[in-house]
Amino acid sequence: MPSPSSWRAYPQTYRLEAARCSKCGKVFFPPRLVCSKCKGRKFEHFNMKRTGKVVTHTVIRTPSDEFSGEAPFAVGIVEMDDGARLTTQIADVSFDDIKIGMPVKLEFRRYFCEGEAGVIQYGHKAVPVRG
Amino acid sequence: MAVGIIGYGAHIPRRRIKVEEIAKVWGADAPSYKKGLELFQKSVPALDEDTITLSVEAARNAIARAEIDTKDIGAVYVGSESHPYAVKPSGTTVAEAIGATPDCHCADFEFACKAGSEGMFVAAGLVKAGLIKYGMGIGADTSQGAPGDALEYSAAAGAAAFIMGADEDRIIASMDETFSFMTDTPDFWRREHQFYPSHGGRFTGEPAYFRTVVGATKGILEKSGLKPEDFKYAIFHQPNGKFPKRAGKMLGFSFEQIDVGRLVPWLGNTYSGSSPIGLTAVLDVAQPGDRIMMCSYGSGAGSDAFVFTVRERVRQTRDLAPKTRWLLDENVTYVEYGEYAKMRRKIRLAGK
Amino acid sequence: MRDVAVIGVGMQKWGELWEKSTRDIFVESALLAMDDAGVDTLDAMYIGSMTPGVFAAQEHLGSVMADYLGQLNIPAARVESACASGGLALRMAYMDVACGMHDVVLAGGVEKMTDLSGSDATHALATAADMEWEGLYGVTFPGLYAMMAVAHMAKYGTTREQLAAVAVKNHYNGSMNPRAQFPMKITVEGVINSVKVADPLNILDCSPITDGAAAAIVVPADMVKKFKKPGVKIIGTGHATDTIALHDREDLTTLQAVTEAAEQAYKMSGKDAKDIDLVEVHDCFTIAEIIVSESLGLFERGKGGPAAQAGETAIDGRIPINPSGGLKSKGHPVGATGIAQIVEIAEQLRGEAGGRQVKNARVALAQNMGGSGGSSTVHILEVM
Repeated sequence: MPSPSSWRAYPQTYRLEAARCSKCGKVFFPPRLVCSKCKGRKFEHFNMKRTGKVVTHTVIRTPSDEFSGEAPFAVGIVEMDDGARLTTQIADVSFDDIKIGMPVKLEFRRYFCEGEAGVIQYGHKAVPVRG
Repeated sequence: MAVGIIGYGAHIPRRRIKVEEIAKVWGADAPSYKKGLELFQKSVPALDEDTITLSVEAARNAIARAEIDTKDIGAVYVGSESHPYAVKPSGTTVAEAIGATPDCHCADFEFACKAGSEGMFVAAGLVKAGLIKYGMGIGADTSQGAPGDALEYSAAAGAAAFIMGADEDRIIASMDETFSFMTDTPDFWRREHQFYPSHGGRFTGEPAYFRTVVGATKGILEKSGLKPEDFKYAIFHQPNGKFPKRAGKMLGFSFEQIDVGRLVPWLGNTYSGSSPIGLTAVLDVAQPGDRIMMCSYGSGAGSDAFVFTVRERVRQTRDLAPKTRWLLDENVTYVEYGEYAKMRRKIRLAGK
Repeated sequence: MRDVAVIGVGMQKWGELWEKSTRDIFVESALLAMDDAGVDTLDAMYIGSMTPGVFAAQEHLGSVMADYLGQLNIPAARVESACASGGLALRMAYMDVACGMHDVVLAGGVEKMTDLSGSDATHALATAADMEWEGLYGVTFPGLYAMMAVAHMAKYGTTREQLAAVAVKNHYNGSMNPRAQFPMKITVEGVINSVKVADPLNILDCSPITDGAAAAIVVPADMVKKFKKPGVKIIGTGHATDTIALHDREDLTTLQAVTEAAEQAYKMSGKDAKDIDLVEVHDCFTIAEIIVSESLGLFERGKGGPAAQAGETAIDGRIPINPSGGLKSKGHPVGATGIAQIVEIAEQLRGEAGGRQVKNARVALAQNMGGSGGSSTVHILEVM
């Protein structure tokens, strides 16, 4: 992702900023201009709590170029406690232990850089929550 | 006006590598390394972890304990010798991630392993001067040791963050005294464009670490009029398990005083995170009234010494974020040398 | 609105067509369709192609293809809906003729994918997903379908072997299709042991990278007698979208865009699932065929896997799916797939399908899909 578009997304990639429709309460991540449920146009922005649970998952064994050398790695869809769902990598867990319904928390991680001289892209990955 | 720590937190990567695993590859004698360094494993950052990611997580733990609005953080300082960029401060990403921007001062600090304590020192200074409400100082590193070199056994990764403030009802530990001792001493350094640092072997001991740490500690004891027995805990910079023990002995501190903050045998040397992470482990168990002395050390060379007195609030805050010794054991997995070398980017890849 | 019929179809053998450019491939199949119909002049043209700008560094295909097909000055345009671009091209051509604007309209599709490296092609395909919120995290296209498979298997007990059975069937069908890229038969063990891509999918669960084109000529139904071949009437068309990101879907185990597009087509045609004699679906991955078969109403939710395994979707089964060999065996030059489905259906309904012929084929359904289900078209055709 080229630099200006990734910079534009920092409120989401760095702080998990989402938007709640003022009319019907549906939470969007990333924020939208129009609610796809009720067509409302007013939203409250807030930073989501960093906890959620795994809804589905897989292990990528043939990665795209930016992630060559990192496969295999797990990815999944996480339903955040604040209501929105997002797609993320799942880290620091062995693949066999990843289950639908597994509670996770999102930790700040480095995703990739545009080569040796490019900007580093940060974001969040899901890690299992232990007692 | 008292100034002190109003929030603290650490973050440690979850992977570890044992001394035996490294020694096996280089044909070295593991037992003698373990005995000589008093260290048996170290933390390993994964490919997706760096000084910035560790700093953000440590900062979040500190914020959880401080219970403040991050918009009131007026300064974010990250001290490291492994900043991801040569030009672009790690602090900018950390400040953005914690929501302290835009009215926030930011600078990266560098002074080998004492870069973290520098940030703490300057943040506290700004609070004391009345220039900012809260200031954050972070020590974080994902340091490199040259393959096969002695430092490879200990160069580890970790971060600790401290928020300094003057709110009476928020102070967890007041910062009563500071003393910095610094000379030009070429014991350990890295020139630009070099991937691994260089060091002076045995020169790093007596004329460097010990002279500086002892100088700083004696200085702060004299300045504050205190003696070693006035302290419950002493935390020294921990390049290995032996140095802090010897420094403590030389200065008149007991093993019991330094043991709680001495994590290096299980963690390795987290460089700019070293004494700061030790301090977080001490705060996790300290009681109101306990007096703590922390002395960092950065090659080149210098030490920042601090005297803290723990307050009541320590009890209310310790459970608001993960404790450091819990982080040391949480979800830990051991890696082999091949995976370690890949994670530490020691393997030369094709045409990137 | 006029009734519309297909009176000519054409496509060449698909594969890695090193010696042919995008223009060559498209013109070749367009000429095959025009010759099949017996026309040499078109009134308009719609070309489905997902991303010629990336694959061939060439946009403006309307101008390019009208020019190179020798149809100077006719109205022509590329239409895009990721992998459903072909189905969309047919719908546009249908609407153009149905509303009375034009009489002889070509609906074509083309994609030349092998001028890029494998990883660049994969990256181009990934733009069908949500680049900012899925692709950024390294999910990959197979990864999205793998996650659907994991959810479907957890909810309904669909098995790894059932997914593999879909690939085996489609390769068996494709072995009888002279235009298929990979006409070789395979086995369930072979699928399960092939290179892993994204758990639980292996490489043989995934459609390939292909160069190819396909074309269909549509005219008003009452003009069919003027042409060489029997007409095949388009009796229903449907088109729907869904969220771009898989994580925003209401239900990860079904494809809402497919169901809605199918409802429109069923309603318009007066047919329902039990009236369909054969189906060409978008099996970009084996799990896609299973979920689509349920979303089209051919099987109850959760029963698509067992049905495939039991042979219900074989050419001689209760409801043949992908008698052409599907995307899996035939190949998947993205923009062309939706039209290739029409080529197969026209030949089936005319009785020209040779070894792949479904007996008594009278009504057929073509389902084409974009991305991870972000869009879908459904067309229903009937012998005239």
